[in-house]
Amino acid sequence: METMQIEKTSRKGIVLFSEYVAGSAIRKAVKIGREEVLFELRDSKLKGRGGAGFPTSTKWMITAAASAPKKYIVCNADEGEPGTFKDRVLMMEHPEIVFDGMVIAGYTIGAKTGILYLRGEYYYMLEFLENHLSGMREKNLLGKNIIAKEGFDFDIQIRLGSGAYVCGEETALIESLEGHRGEPRNRPPYPVNTGFMGCPTVVNNVETLASVPHIIMKSGKWFSEYGTDKSTGSKLFSVSGDCENPGVYELPWGMTITEVLDIVGAKNTKAVQVGGASGICLSHAQFNRKLSYEDASTGGSIIVFNESRDILHILQNFMEFFVEESCGQCTPCRIGNVKLLEGVKKLRNGNYTFAEIRNLRELGQTMQVASKCGLGQSSPNAFLSILDNFSAEVFQYTSSDKHNGVNNE
Amino acid sequence: MNSKTESRAPVSQQALRVQQPFDSSQIGAMVTIEINEKKMQVPLGTTILEACAQNQVQIPTLCHHKDLCTAGVCRICVVEVDSMKTLQAACAFPITQQIKIKTSTEKVRKARRHIIDLLLSEHYGECYTCVRNKNCELRSLASEYGVDGFTFGHPEKRKHDIDKSSFSVMRDMDKCVLCRRCVRTCIDLQEVGVLEAVGRGDQTHITTFMGKPLSEVICINCGQCVNRCPTGALYTNDPSDDIWRAIDDKKKHVVIQTAPSPRAAICEEFGMAAGTSLTGELNTALRRIGFDRVFDTNFAADLTIMEEGTELLNRLKSVVVDKDTSVKLPQFTSCSPGWVKFIEHFYPEYLDHLSTAKSPQQMFGAVTKTFYAQEYNINPEDIVTVAVMPCSAKKFECNRPEMDSSGFKDVDYGLTTRELAKMIKEGGIFLPEMPKSGFDDPFGEASGAGLIFGATGGVMEAALRTAYELVTGREVPFEKLRIEACRGFEGIKQASVKLKNCVPDYTFLEGVDLKFIVAHGTANARQVMEMLKAGELNDVHFIEIMACPGGCLGGGGQPIPTSPEIRKKRAEAIYAEDESMTIRKSHENPRIKYIYEKFLTDGPCGHKSHKLLHTHYTKRGNFIV
Amino acid sequence: MLIYERNSLVDEIVDLTVEYGKERSALLPILQTLQLRHKCISDFAQQEVARQLSIHPVEVYSVISFYTFLHPESQGRNIVRLCQTISCDLAGKCYLVKAIERELGIKFGQTTKDKRIKLEFTNCLGMCDQGPAMVINERVFTKVTPERAVAILNEVK
Ligand SMILES: Cc1cc2nc3c(=O)[nH]c(=O)nc-3n(C[C@H](O)[C@H](O)[C@H](O)COP(=O)(O)O)c2cc1C
Ligand code: SF4
Ligand code: SF4
Ligand code: SF4
Ligand code: SF4
Ligand code: FES
Ligand code: FES
Repeated sequence: METMQIEKTSRKGIVLFSEYVAGSAIRKAVKIGREEVLFELRDSKLKGRGGAGFPTSTKWMITAAASAPKKYIVCNADEGEPGTFKDRVLMMEHPEIVFDGMVIAGYTIGAKTGILYLRGEYYYMLEFLENHLSGMREKNLLGKNIIAKEGFDFDIQIRLGSGAYVCGEETALIESLEGHRGEPRNRPPYPVNTGFMGCPTVVNNVETLASVPHIIMKSGKWFSEYGTDKSTGSKLFSVSGDCENPGVYELPWGMTITEVLDIVGAKNTKAVQVGGASGICLSHAQFNRKLSYEDASTGGSIIVFNESRDILHILQNFMEFFVEESCGQCTPCRIGNVKLLEGVKKLRNGNYTFAEIRNLRELGQTMQVASKCGLGQSSPNAFLSILDNFSAEVFQYTSSDKHNGVNNE
Repeated sequence: MNSKTESRAPVSQQALRVQQPFDSSQIGAMVTIEINEKKMQVPLGTTILEACAQNQVQIPTLCHHKDLCTAGVCRICVVEVDSMKTLQAACAFPITQQIKIKTSTEKVRKARRHIIDLLLSEHYGECYTCVRNKNCELRSLASEYGVDGFTFGHPEKRKHDIDKSSFSVMRDMDKCVLCRRCVRTCIDLQEVGVLEAVGRGDQTHITTFMGKPLSEVICINCGQCVNRCPTGALYTNDPSDDIWRAIDDKKKHVVIQTAPSPRAAICEEFGMAAGTSLTGELNTALRRIGFDRVFDTNFAADLTIMEEGTELLNRLKSVVVDKDTSVKLPQFTSCSPGWVKFIEHFYPEYLDHLSTAKSPQQMFGAVTKTFYAQEYNINPEDIVTVAVMPCSAKKFECNRPEMDSSGFKDVDYGLTTRELAKMIKEGGIFLPEMPKSGFDDPFGEASGAGLIFGATGGVMEAALRTAYELVTGREVPFEKLRIEACRGFEGIKQASVKLKNCVPDYTFLEGVDLKFIVAHGTANARQVMEMLKAGELNDVHFIEIMACPGGCLGGGGQPIPTSPEIRKKRAEAIYAEDESMTIRKSHENPRIKYIYEKFLTDGPCGHKSHKLLHTHYTKRGNFIV
Repeated sequence: MLIYERNSLVDEIVDLTVEYGKERSALLPILQTLQLRHKCISDFAQQEVARQLSIHPVEVYSVISFYTFLHPESQGRNIVRLCQTISCDLAGKCYLVKAIERELGIKFGQTTKDKRIKLEFTNCLGMCDQGPAMVINERVFTKVTPERAVAILNEVK
């Protein structure tokens, strides 16, 4: 059986896909020392690539400053957001920068253990990644006294997920690592104070960690010159949907959606979903918005829909996703998503009242503020943005229409 | 004593576990905060909920419970905190810096109402017919927070069948709001581990291992989950219809025994504050609603002390004098059926340590259908025995097949405090207004020792009052017979009494330091058992264990809600009643003397009492088939 | 279950605790290994795992029920998971569904009579640029056409 086609294209890119010699950043980090690493990171203004966009240097500094017998660095490779696959590409094509990033993190914050939390769907990568780790151990880039530096001990283990999107949420991920249901914790306390096994823990996205070796090699200032003022550096965008060349693109932050659509060869585009299922859906009028933390923020997912697509069908798909993937812990998200889904179905068969829809809209706003974690806080985004941006289409049906709606998969 | 509960509980349910998000050396430091524009100071680490409670600001809660660790799942308690984009759960948010809190903004009010609306949209149930009608937290929230319609619909069909398999606890998961208090109760507080959240997303529900009926998994029937459930999703198996039928049946002679804990707590069911015993009032009420005889369980408690105390002295003698290695020490009490089932499941290899004496309820049943039937010339077949208990496990106990030593089912029905209150209300009686009256003969007299069985440490204290006096011929050397070492709500209490100048029969105990342990709640019981296993308790002689936190007064059949404060009040009521009694020691109860003279003629632990008042246990093990 | 089967399962679980430890954090790796080897984690296995890790059986069950890839009951020899999320949906997932269901004579969510194949939907597999995507056991197939899907399924033993 032939399985998937692993692209062997050698990508070129400004930061992540630029030249890098495995292990070089680890040597340099040790040479310049912990503080200098943190300063470089601060100068780079690198923000988390997992979605939340928290400044990475702050996270590392808090953990580095904590006095605890044990600390952990966790690489979040649970990539579950619909339309996101850049971490897969990074790990398959450039495992060296991801793992080097983890080693540098371990060195900087004083952790002895790194954990890569790999989503269960990526099981097929396990052997490849394990082999890479063995190679690093042989080269003394992992293990005891790394690169002959006395006392620099660090090793990486890979732990698998088992098919739960919410485990990408950092506290749920930690719960899962500890052998529990992947249910997000109350915050505060944050993982940087009380993380895995109660120890200070840095959780970073694959791409965040992969940026670090380049920053170390070429300086934080160099990195911060790309992108915009508040969104520095480059970003991997996972583009899928109705376009000629879906795939992973490394682009600087701050490009408009129109520009990206051009690059990927999208025609007759009606809508673009920025940020995956938990992101927002933009219509033509908003295609001049900039991809950046301060404007249209995304963890990398860009899904393109052309004119032929039924926007309510798409919305229903998203809402079904959340109903299933909510951890089911807190009320707004567990039941709220079910109600939003019911609302979408009603819209599709024209069997709604505007009062109902107004209630659901308000419910969506409540979910955004009252849910326990980011999943419930962002799951109404698609619903609300589609109602706002595509109102003509959304409200086109009346119950007498025999629209092929609800049963249409 | 530090419990190991913490490491077992699901971490998601222990928000403030492990490290605090602040420097622990600063504990005690004060932080200035603002609640609704009023400035105040609170200790670092206080939750917003606590801070609000201290300042008379009401925050609604649902998943929060004072006995349990924080969950933060229902989100009904959300408040606005400046500098944070989203609302924060007051119950789970520790104050570590200067913050401004607003508790009743439009956003907050809307969120609360939405949350209740959402819960109601999945809540299949009619309040009129619900056990928790008038005492339901969901229902009160709906009325207090402006819910005036089913904004998001209301289910018309059942999703789950009611699990009625257990003798004690029923589960109607269509009324469950997934607050997970039962989960935290069963896993953290009791460490039995029957209930957990299962499934994910909209499929999440609370169930047992592999979704089996409760009767097929290892549930000890303690009912603690019922006491902490905010809704009618969990309730006890109510036999009151059968009891009414028996009362209405002219042929039946219906006798009722009331245990001390229900008497100390039933006032709460009638809107009174916790802490008033309504013993006399209850007697009158019970007669008025049609019971033929009203007996005092404390009489049987005195009987238990005689039997169990004698058993202990016999064991001591076998061990010390006869060097009999088949006789086991320490001896465990056996009056708590939840504990008995716990040890049968989890520590079956230690069943020989368990006193063979039956619990007071079962002793009572056995002597009612034999001795009482004889004395009063009533056909035991026509006697219906009802036991008013604070406990749901008593329902299971009376249905154990081996509990038929009278030749009949010794106790026909176990009735909880809550269920009795319902019967009394149905009988048209407002309990607090009743005139007082006494108990009926021949079991109408009891000692204060039997009474304090209701509180944790009570059995131990009662046993010591008798055993000490039997062995030394003197009263226990404590002021007003208060053995303080047995009292209080510490999880595990350990103490000893020196036996000196023993009477001739007991010279072999001369100079012995009688060591005892008192534990309540099965989480503590588990810890005691692990200590025993590790060989740390080899020199201990007697261990009292009650399955419920606080002892029987915190039982699974007691009025809802429960909290440490409420249990403390109930205990005070019980100890006060003890001191008002003239007889304070079991062996001085004239009725006890009478029964040993007339009926159990070969004395405590004699042949006859062995047949009627002692039992055997089943090695159940913890494999779920 | 026969006694010797039980005994070998117990031995296997004991071995796994040697490998992964007896801490609660070993739970998922142990369950994942059992799932991989036996295609399910039976109630007996769950209780044995619980006993080894000193936790309650219901906690093990609860964890299993949370994760889509863990099953308490045998699902069939091969589990086929088709991505139902948006990008694959746009790429024509519904045609695949129809073809597969027609060919095997069962619906998604069901298992073939001979227990050869269990059909399930799953959410985004991270192959959105190459949709529709499908996983059989642990292997991923991308750009699956109806015809190819059926051919692949016919090869599965
Ligand atoms: C529902 C949910 C799913 C998430 N999934 C992922 C994920 O798959 N990968 C990831 O890196 N971050 C994910 N995150 C974000 C993480 O919680 C966390 O912010 C991130 O791992 C931090 O790393 P960063 O600072 O490098 O971005 C998710 C968050 C939420 C709320
Ligand atoms: S918001 Fe959703 S995923 Fe997050 S804790 Fe609540 S129920 Fe779970
Ligand atoms: S549980 Fe509460 S809200 Fe539900 S039916 Fe009973 S009383 Fe009413
Ligand atoms: S009755 Fe006790 S043991 Fe049974 S489920 Fe409730 S809390 Fe657990
Ligand atoms: S059964 Fe009761 S206590 Fe348990 S989760 Fe449901 S509502 Fe809460
Ligand atoms: S009471 Fe605070 S979240 Fe439930
Ligand atoms: S949507 Fe199918 S793999 Fe991402």
